[in-house]
Amino acid sequence: MTTVDDRPAAPPAGAPRRRIHPVLALLRNSWRQLTSMRTALILLFLLAIAAIPGSVLPQRGVSPEKVNEYFVDHPDLAPRLQQLGMFEVFGSVWFSAIYLLLFTSLVGCILPRARDHVRALRMRPPAAPKRLERLPQHAVLEAPAAADPEAIAAVLRRRRWRVTVRGNEVSAEKGYLKETGNLLFHVSLVAVLLGVAVGSWYGWHGNRILVSGADNAFCNTRQQYAEASLGPRVDSSDLPPFCLTLDRFEADYLESGQASRYWATVTVDHQEDGSTRTAGFSVNSPLRLGAANVYLLGNGYAPILRYTDRYGRTQTSTAPFLRSGDQNATEEGVAAFPDANVDPKTGKRAADQQVAFDGLYLPTAPDRGPYLSSQFPAERNPAVNLRAYRGNLGLDAGIPGSVYALDQRQIDNGKLKQVGEKLLRPGEKWTLDDGSTLEFLGTKPYITISVRYAPGQSMMLVACVTLLLGLMGSLFARRRRVWFRVSPPVGGSPTSGSSLVEAGGLPRTEHPGFADEFAQLVAAVSDDGRDDDRRAREGDE
Amino acid sequence: MSALSDQLVTFAILAYLVAMISHAVEYALGNARKVPAAAPARELVGAGVGGPGGTVEEPATPVTPAATRAGRSAARAALAGRIAAWITVLAAALHLGAVVTRGIAAERMPWGNMYEFVLTVTWIGAAAWLAVLWKQPSLRRLGLFLTLVMVLLLAFAELKLYVQVVPLMPALQSYWFIIHVSTIIFASGIFLLGVVPAVAYLMRAGWEQGKRSFPYTLARRLPAAAGLERLTFTLHAFAFPVFTFAVIAGAIWAEAAWGRAWGWDPKETWAFISWVVYAGYLHARATPSVKRNVATWISVVGFLTMLMNLFGVNFFFTGLHSYAGV
Repeated sequence: MTTVDDRPAAPPAGAPRRRIHPVLALLRNSWRQLTSMRTALILLFLLAIAAIPGSVLPQRGVSPEKVNEYFVDHPDLAPRLQQLGMFEVFGSVWFSAIYLLLFTSLVGCILPRARDHVRALRMRPPAAPKRLERLPQHAVLEAPAAADPEAIAAVLRRRRWRVTVRGNEVSAEKGYLKETGNLLFHVSLVAVLLGVAVGSWYGWHGNRILVSGADNAFCNTRQQYAEASLGPRVDSSDLPPFCLTLDRFEADYLESGQASRYWATVTVDHQEDGSTRTAGFSVNSPLRLGAANVYLLGNGYAPILRYTDRYGRTQTSTAPFLRSGDQNATEEGVAAFPDANVDPKTGKRAADQQVAFDGLYLPTAPDRGPYLSSQFPAERNPAVNLRAYRGNLGLDAGIPGSVYALDQRQIDNGKLKQVGEKLLRPGEKWTLDDGSTLEFLGTKPYITISVRYAPGQSMMLVACVTLLLGLMGSLFARRRRVWFRVSPPVGGSPTSGSSLVEAGGLPRTEHPGFADEFAQLVAAVSDDGRDDDRRAREGDE
Repeated sequence: MSALSDQLVTFAILAYLVAMISHAVEYALGNARKVPAAAPARELVGAGVGGPGGTVEEPATPVTPAATRAGRSAARAALAGRIAAWITVLAAALHLGAVVTRGIAAERMPWGNMYEFVLTVTWIGAAAWLAVLWKQPSLRRLGLFLTLVMVLLLAFAELKLYVQVVPLMPALQSYWFIIHVSTIIFASGIFLLGVVPAVAYLMRAGWEQGKRSFPYTLARRLPAAAGLERLTFTLHAFAFPVFTFAVIAGAIWAEAAWGRAWGWDPKETWAFISWVVYAGYLHARATPSVKRNVATWISVVGFLTMLMNLFGVNFFFTGLHSYAGV
């Protein structure tokens, strides 16, 4: 097996003169087109361009509320964009088509290359070309110290070249790492994609608010999440059983209002073995439960409001108020009492006697009105600024609505009427026009959490490491070949008896330093024994 | 300390400006073919480090009366160039001082907002430029474009992005902050430097093909196209794995902070786009059938996507990476 070149022969399809079926020919040509570098480059650019709308338009996976806003702001355009999948770009058919084609092209490219590379690794460096002087690097050594092929081979081997000796010729090659790295990089990319696929098939996540206190504990079932998404291979019953209770939430703030530290302490109840433990977590250090991770996404306060209706029955609401977005934690929310004013004698519920309050919670209310925004995110001077409503809350209509806002339609059509407005500080009581009262008892902290299980991540991590290693090999390694040919002594040479050595070098990839390397190699062969001093001196430079 | 940092930034901008003017003088006076640029430049940057590009293509100046005048002008140009390079060294030192004092003032790594980010990225670009100049003194004329970029970016940062020193918000309090942001900054700085020879190559290659219209005429006195192209590739090949690592580090951090490694946040989306475009550049560069100027254009597009990620995403989109402080 002494092929001159390690390049494979032309694909077998071209060699036999037999006519092949036109469909097969079409398939073969399409495959060749798809796996060509040109197609791969075009697909890469399509992928980049296709990702742009994903950053310009709001995405359901990232911010569903912004998508809804977009629909309100652009009623004509939005449905059309929706049809094109513009609000779910990264799950859309066309985006998937691009990356699947790209990966097909990639696999189609790396498989034959891997085969060739394995073949090249098993093959000896090719025999020297006839005319070494035609190579980019060429030198003639007279009377070198290492004059026989084996000695030259030894010099090369010391420099970690792959060497083979054929008679009076020495062939050597180096830099196989380039192609190895190249293949490793591309295989790793496929592995990353597989990791993503595993994660989306077998992963799940859910988001919810968790108010502090044992009576607000939550257990990991799908119904308990405000928003949940399960992979296609996950069933609701697959969710691991555990319960979480928020025991304490601490937040430190700078004087400017910027947060400097959050810390949530929870009790975890593993229902499988009945064990409980206390654990703390924060932003950047999630609670890792093994079966799932719990991430701290946000926090706020839930005002405790006690309503005493006209019949003297009391109900308490601990509804979380949501941050309105300013840095000082002004919060908006609703406390609804749909079961208020039920006549204790008849037990009948008057549909137009339901009560609700909406408005703001200000952790640090200003000293004087308007009481519209908080002055600081911690509770220095807490107050709720509420409007009272009485009437039909519209909860029985069966139309899904937000629990953080009143049904505006009921207010617009007059079925729900505002009956007062007041600022309450903790402990204060507000008596409404019908004699019922509302007391503001204080607040409980709440946290927003995301509970997630993402298999495939460790696979992706490993793939990322090999990807980087491969990338560096492919970018920084350089494939090159050198040959040495020892000729018998030329007649008339002054040092009769010593032989002539001819050397040639061929960089197989761009390698600006190859001339220097070749010169050093030639010098090493001429000097042999002094080789190591020379290298030491080079190192000093 | 914070005020000192601000003053140092101002002085650094002024120094880059002076370096730019000095480079412009060099450019106006000298003709690349007659300037014995290599020898003085090598003296300047410390003797005896002739990199692979250290050999300049100009033939020895013929000693004729006409040539003496040209020679005198060329000597003046070389002097201006040397002064420019030394002032760039001074500017980079002031610039480094500004970054360090900012970090001391903030008692943390000075990468907490967009102002500090731009300040550090530009410093990496300047420092990498000085390293390139050390290795390949013949490329000195590129300094005109580099100092121009420096002045523009730094002035923009000081005028439009400036914010007071504040501590990090909880979301940024992680050791991944140092790993992710430093590598992103490093890669961005090298990409920033990389676009300079890329654009210079595109102009110079046009000039060498005989184009004599406006943008190409600027390239008359630039170093040879092949060297510029090789430098473009070297810088990008160096920055790309760093950028890849930085994006992976970001994904690992995002998993800890936000619960998912990748969520198509606008910043992530544009990092993906940049990565894909730069990967396209490296592939195009490695493919013999793709023309070198096409490949170089791709690298320029890659840089535009980096700019878009820094300015466009910070100013126009809201996402999780909202730390710009603007």
